Amino acid sequence: MRFAYYPGCTATSTSVEYDESVRETSRHLGIELEEIPEWTCCGATSGHIMNRELSIALPSRNLALANRMSLAIVSPCPACSTRHKVAQYELARDPELKARIEEDIGINFEIPPKPRHILEVLYRDVGIDAIKKRVRKPLKGLKVVAYYGCFLVRPPEIAGFDDPENPTIMDEVMRALGAEVIDWSHKIDCCGGGLSIVAPDIVKTLAGKLVGAASKVEADAIVTACGICQANLDMRQARTTSSRPLPIFYFSELSALAFGTLQLKRWLAKHLVDPSGVLQKLDLL
Amino acid sequence: MGAMVGEEKIRLEDREFSRKVSAKVRNLSRCYQCSMCSDGCPVAYAMDYYPNQIIHLVRLGLKEKVLRSTAIWICASCETCASRCPNDIEIVHMMDVLRSDSLAGGFKGPARNISRFHKIFIEQVRKKGRIDEGSLLLNYELKTGDFLSVEKLREEGGLGLEMFRKGKLKFPSRKRYADRSVKEIFKKVLSRG
Repeated sequence: MRFAYYPGCTATSTSVEYDESVRETSRHLGIELEEIPEWTCCGATSGHIMNRELSIALPSRNLALANRMSLAIVSPCPACSTRHKVAQYELARDPELKARIEEDIGINFEIPPKPRHILEVLYRDVGIDAIKKRVRKPLKGLKVVAYYGCFLVRPPEIAGFDDPENPTIMDEVMRALGAEVIDWSHKIDCCGGGLSIVAPDIVKTLAGKLVGAASKVEADAIVTACGICQANLDMRQARTTSSRPLPIFYFSELSALAFGTLQLKRWLAKHLVDPSGVLQKLDLL
Repeated sequence: MGAMVGEEKIRLEDREFSRKVSAKVRNLSRCYQCSMCSDGCPVAYAMDYYPNQIIHLVRLGLKEKVLRSTAIWICASCETCASRCPNDIEIVHMMDVLRSDSLAGGFKGPARNISRFHKIFIEQVRKKGRIDEGSLLLNYELKTGDFLSVEKLREEGGLGLEMFRKGKLKFPSRKRYADRSVKEIFKKVLSRG
């Protein structure tokens, strides 16, 4: 199975290890990711704040480029995939808007298939049984909580991902890898997203709540599927001597580990809270 | 805190503001102030007005209060409110409408560092086609002077250095992507006003 791959801007800087581990996980599962040449930023939150039609035109350019490749778009970033899903949704229901946007981007194109987040590909296109079959090193004894955040599940009519209040897709993927997945209270609570630079105190408060909730259920780590969530939780959790630092994994680092990657140490070296202790204790590193 | 209207007189021309926003936001007039939006909002604690109060202010036509509020900028667009609203009000879209009205009208509230961040972000997309987090951060700090406090320098500076050391932040690059087509998109969309 092949997809047009849209890494998103964080993949080129803050979350290089996410991008690399998604590519490696995909290789193990027979998912071919072909990067969209000359992809450009989806506009993110700033895009829809500044101008609605700009926030549709920017991802539409990428949708049109993916159409040229005759492939559906997949992205590891929930925010990017939502911006592309919104564009696809709005273009499909408003032909006049579509005509304007085609003029803006200078490309006429058919309504593309619905863009996906990489977890949707793992769960729906690959499937839990196929994932289980690939596991060489089960994540036995690793207690994790799955953190979905905002855009995997919201807006629900656009995301079409899972139960918007209690999603379980990532839980099931982690369980398939052999991890012990703990249910918890903060699966879909916001980490503060793009407020990290402009209002770090807010992000510290929210990250503190999330890490606190995960610690309360005695998780060894939080698992995320978003570059911004990982960065916020990893960077902005309290780092005092009294609190126990909680490692924040990308789901794809753990799937690649379970599939037998040799790259893990390099990825983990990029984390601010060092996750190697947790893995060494369980003989996983 | 709170939407105390008190003795304030609502000017007739401000009803126009209320009508305009309502026309752009589906179901806004259905709000019955249940405050489900504010109860689930992760950042309501940091806002001057809660989201349900912003809706109420809009409906009353209290334009200045709304467009100068910190609430519209602190909103993280997480969509928790809209996904739970019993009346299907597009609350984040309302925030977008208010944010662009606030920018267009030159309303400078206490949260203007946030609106400037969005301007810097989108300008970088226009110029470079992609966001390069290193230069986004640098640009923001230089343009707002937000880093100019001992406490912030110590805390954020240390974090920045650590991220740089880990390769999470890179030197700002001059590289541009799909330069002409992105600039063209901006030109065409923004010319529609």
